[in-house]
Amino acid sequence: MIVADRKSLEEILGMVADREKILILGCKGCVTVCNVGGLKEAEILASTVRIARKKEGKPVEVAHRVLERQCDNEYVTQLADTVADYDAVVSMACGVGPQFLSEMYPDQVFFPAVNTTFFGGAVQHGVWEERCAGCGACGIHLFGGLCPIARCAKSLLHGPCGGSANGICEVHKDTACIWDAIVKKKMDTGHLEDLVAVKPFKDWRTARDGGPRRSIREELVKGNI
Amino acid sequence: MTETKSGSNLEKVLTAGHFAFTGECGPPKGANAQHLKEKFKYLKGSVDCVNMTDNQTAVVRMSSLAGCALMVADGLEPNFQMVCRDRNRLAMMSDILGAYALGVRNMLCLSGDHQSFGNHPEAKNVHDIDSMQLIALVKKMRDEGKFLNGEEIDVPPKMFIGAACNPFADPFEFRVHRLATKISAGADFIQTQCIFNMDKFRDFMKQVVDKGLHERCYILAGVTPMKNAGMANFMSKYVPGMDIPDSLIKRLKGVDKRDQAEEGIKIALEQIQEFKEMEGVAGVHLMAIEWEHKVPEIAERAGVLPRP
Repeated sequence: MIVADRKSLEEILGMVADREKILILGCKGCVTVCNVGGLKEAEILASTVRIARKKEGKPVEVAHRVLERQCDNEYVTQLADTVADYDAVVSMACGVGPQFLSEMYPDQVFFPAVNTTFFGGAVQHGVWEERCAGCGACGIHLFGGLCPIARCAKSLLHGPCGGSANGICEVHKDTACIWDAIVKKKMDTGHLEDLVAVKPFKDWRTARDGGPRRSIREELVKGNI
Repeated sequence: MTETKSGSNLEKVLTAGHFAFTGECGPPKGANAQHLKEKFKYLKGSVDCVNMTDNQTAVVRMSSLAGCALMVADGLEPNFQMVCRDRNRLAMMSDILGAYALGVRNMLCLSGDHQSFGNHPEAKNVHDIDSMQLIALVKKMRDEGKFLNGEEIDVPPKMFIGAACNPFADPFEFRVHRLATKISAGADFIQTQCIFNMDKFRDFMKQVVDKGLHERCYILAGVTPMKNAGMANFMSKYVPGMDIPDSLIKRLKGVDKRDQAEEGIKIALEQIQEFKEMEGVAGVHLMAIEWEHKVPEIAERAGVLPRP
């Protein structure tokens, strides 16, 4: 899923400093799963903003609501009747949400309340880790099912680099060296030979380097017509 | 081997069977060419070629390519270091061509220290290709005379291809296999990370010799003389990939502060003597960090002068 972190209250207050009636809009998708932008978090943020503004002597009217998914126009349209009632909308969805909203409602201002960080999952309660870089050409099977593009700080295809020590990445003491894990897995399973050949140069056209991407499923497109 | 791959001095020294002795020079944090020329003076005649570092430790300096050009103009042979952190494949190939046109004949292909260690940690890194693929790229350009896309190169760059190896990084058992891959990719010579843990290095070289890798590639052992115990402590704690035994720090601390530099040089000289005898070691790469003026003295006392 897409993982995000909430922006600081200070930053959010700064964005809506001159607004008097705002809507905090949650999303039931990924941000609900990673406990950052669902109904509960929208409710908490709404009351926090209300209290903070009251303290500043600049009371604000804050409503909150959640959409099924902000990355789907079918649900974004549900805002049509009320979106103009506010000075601003603060979206708690990933970076996709406020863009779908902005595209559908060009007259309204949408502020992002979260920083979208990565594609990953929870490794323990309250801890999420990156697993995928969305490069558009998955080859994790070549690396024991572990992705060096997303999980090696240098995206090496032939690691580990000289900075790997005791299974830890040189960049951060809390980050595992994924190449250490890849090598150990290949050794344990007797497939070290998989790592000795020079791998083909990666074609980054399928990644963001090829420009903004689009995915077309012909059969669905036709079905819609 | 009568015909050389690159015609570099380093290649000639190694193919003739001499014990190679290479040095290193960090470009200035500025456009101070004069400062660089001062350093060249100490290196001239003391070493076979000089590595020009490429934004080492991710700190911005004069470009390694420009440093190499200044070196060539000064009559000293450079080893052009190139890291994968700062350039994509287009910039790499164009810099390789430019370097060759400016008279550079040796290259060292590196991944590069992560930018978080440097003075612009906010920077975006590149890593379009990695060091293994950079080796293969330089080889393709030299031997096939082609760009990565297969197009012909008008005057291919004939580089003597170097790569780095850190025998002290983990997992230790895999290091020799990674070295073998670098050699298969096209490395003609290897310069190792600074060696302080001699026991571990002996063990590593035994694996190298057992696999016959020393017969497919020249291995130069990395030596860094310690200026004092503080430097040893600092490197041990803060420089990634360093393996500095406590016994070495103790030995430096065991002498008076004024004598620690001399003790550091003595340790380096003892290492060089051992490397001269060690099976599979074809030379020494001396990394006298900001201590270039000591290189002539170290070379003299190590008995490696005059250079061939």
